[in-house]
Amino acid sequence: MINIIINKISRLLSGIGHRMIARIWRLGAGARLFILAIIYSGESFKRFHLTLREIYFTGVMSLLIIIVSAFFVGMVLALQGYNTLQKYGSSEAIGVLVALALVRELGPVVTALLFAGRAGTAITAEIGLMKTTEQLSAMEMMAVNPIARVVAPRFWAGVISMPILAALFSMVGVLGGYLVAVPLIGVDEGAFWSQMQANVDVRADIINGVIKSVVFGVACTMIALFEGFDAPPTAEGVSHATTRTVVISSLTVLGLDFVLTSFMLVV
Amino acid sequence: MTSNIVEIDNLSFGYNGRLLHKGINMVFPKGKVVAIMGGSGSGKTTLLRLIGGQIKPTKGEVRVDGHVVHEQTRDGIYQLRRTMGMLFQHGALFTDLSVFDNVAFPMRELTDLPESMIRDLVLLKLNAVGLRGAHKFMPTELSGGMARRVALARAVALDPNIIMYDEPFAGLDPISMGVICGLIRSLNDALGATSIIVSHDVKETFLIADYVYFVANGEVTAEGTPEDLMQSTLPFVHQFVHGEKDGPVPFHYAAPDYRAQLLG
Amino acid sequence: MERTKIDLWVGIFVALGAAALLGLAMKVGNLTSNKIGDTYHVSAAFENIGGLKPNAPVKSAGVVVGRVAEIGFDAKTYEAIVTIKIDKRYEFPKDTFANIYTAGLLGEQYVGLEAGGDEDVLKSGDKITQTQDAIVLEKMISQFLYSKASEAEADKSAPSAESTKDKSTELGDAPF
Ligand SMILES: Nc1ncnc2c1ncn2[C@@H]1O[C@H](COP(=O)(O)OP(=O)(O)OP(=O)(O)O)[C@@H](O)[C@H]1O
Ligand SMILES: [Mg+2]
Repeated sequence: MINIIINKISRLLSGIGHRMIARIWRLGAGARLFILAIIYSGESFKRFHLTLREIYFTGVMSLLIIIVSAFFVGMVLALQGYNTLQKYGSSEAIGVLVALALVRELGPVVTALLFAGRAGTAITAEIGLMKTTEQLSAMEMMAVNPIARVVAPRFWAGVISMPILAALFSMVGVLGGYLVAVPLIGVDEGAFWSQMQANVDVRADIINGVIKSVVFGVACTMIALFEGFDAPPTAEGVSHATTRTVVISSLTVLGLDFVLTSFMLVV
Repeated sequence: MTSNIVEIDNLSFGYNGRLLHKGINMVFPKGKVVAIMGGSGSGKTTLLRLIGGQIKPTKGEVRVDGHVVHEQTRDGIYQLRRTMGMLFQHGALFTDLSVFDNVAFPMRELTDLPESMIRDLVLLKLNAVGLRGAHKFMPTELSGGMARRVALARAVALDPNIIMYDEPFAGLDPISMGVICGLIRSLNDALGATSIIVSHDVKETFLIADYVYFVANGEVTAEGTPEDLMQSTLPFVHQFVHGEKDGPVPFHYAAPDYRAQLLG
Repeated sequence: MERTKIDLWVGIFVALGAAALLGLAMKVGNLTSNKIGDTYHVSAAFENIGGLKPNAPVKSAGVVVGRVAEIGFDAKTYEAIVTIKIDKRYEFPKDTFANIYTAGLLGEQYVGLEAGGDEDVLKSGDKITQTQDAIVLEKMISQFLYSKASEAEADKSAPSAESTKDKSTELGDAPF
């Protein structure tokens, strides 16, 4: 009886251990890919059209989803904010609430989550498929380094696109909030903007938001690239990798957001 | 300096510990067309990947132009690969590039040729495989045989010294088969290159090859010129050359007794 | 996809991003209002500054005329030393009164300047002598409760039993 229990526990522990080792191994492999991508990124700047093409597929193609979501998020924020603020008689502060929520948190975070779902999955699936159909092998046999030719341009495209998308998200969100607050609810327009301007700091809020989105850009793109590279060369392998991209990116973004926010609030 | 551009010396290799090659010796002289034949799953594609340095041998070595492949640095291997062209078994065309861009890919990546010259060269290569008219197509718009011909054009885009063909005849109609057959031979002679053909097609291979290796069970079981092999009385070669079902080459992958598995 | 078309779209994309960032900085953020030309610094001592922070607005008659530059602590007098920078265009008399106000009940705190009648004006490095501290909410509440309590004390001495009973439920006593 006791033997069986000990057996089960030891099997459980060794299972956990194996998983941990696999995770750590993947973390290391991901970090290696990241460093290689940086080392071999000369090509993606020398032949910038390679990167431009990827900016088109990751950034431009995500524009619509970002703008539409931002608009709705901004409008909902204004509705909810007004509902609470008017109880305290400070409904003019609605502009501040909408702007700070967007610029500090929702802009970078929601953009990164949408990016992981829209562009990240596309990157993973594309690279996984290139691996499955031996395109990466073929490239290597032609003496073309897939990290320089495939990984680096996509990496830089993601890092460049993310802050642009996040800035658009915040701006469109503020406009959505304005539309609800001023014409719809009837908050004073002057108070809406002036309170906002008095309380949103360029360095502490806007620049920090941009820093966040750059970090998220690095994380999301790198995760998507690594999962594609690491995918087993089968249809099933690629589909699992795509799912993992979304799950891991989302968790990483939320975790990083906490860490970054605590740093930014302390410093 | 030897006249053998590629030498395989006592090579052993296995995936996951199961040995696939058990001490293979082969030489590929300059300017010749050499064929490697063997049953499905006998490790022919793997052999090509070993020559290209994509995997490392368990034992023994492959030398290309006198350099031991698996001892090269990354840059060294890339330097060697610049002299090689490879036709992949499944084509491996870049699906996000058009036919034209696929063939132009190695030229754009590895040379500084002006775009106008690249255009001429690409159309020349595509014309050779009969697909100049299809240069605007995307790979998904091609049939299997067309895709393999584009891949062939891409493999020889930079006029390599060593050209490896993995199943160049699979999936081709008789007419294209004849054309490609002639093309492989004439490319080889025109460039002074060395060709390594992996194939099952005895008739076509024997037509263009100067020398043929048979591999089975991880070893070279027979070798010689096509003429010699046609006359060979070795039961294995006889079976393969004449396509007989019964003989020393097993059709089945090693498995437990069928009867026992069905009943048990 | 044509290369030129991709270039065009990426160009639009980057331009949109730059416009959004600029919009955030100018329209949403305080980049414009932060730029108050040339300034001069004056300081003022307060016994309690409440929640006043650097970069908080300095207003006179409701108009922003400057910002809080620095907040320090004088270890000898145990007072807060607030340095404010005021736009060069605005001059204030020497006997200007500096208050710390709160915008709304719970809002942000700012420095309010009320001009006096002196002929001489404040110059860079001068000190404002007349100040009034921030109203600290906790202090106010405790004062309020204290006065209420003493009121209740006074009520207790009155002989009405009814009113005392009312009071106790009002303070949230359990009904049993
Ligand atoms: N990446 C891999 N991992 C593990 N085993 C592999 C891998 N690639 C191939 N194999 C195994 O190695 C053996 C030889 O494969 P290979 O592709 O070299 O055969 P082949 O001779 O080219 O066959 P065919 O004529 O069908 O193309 C097969 O049994 C296959 O199962
Ligand atoms: Mg094969």
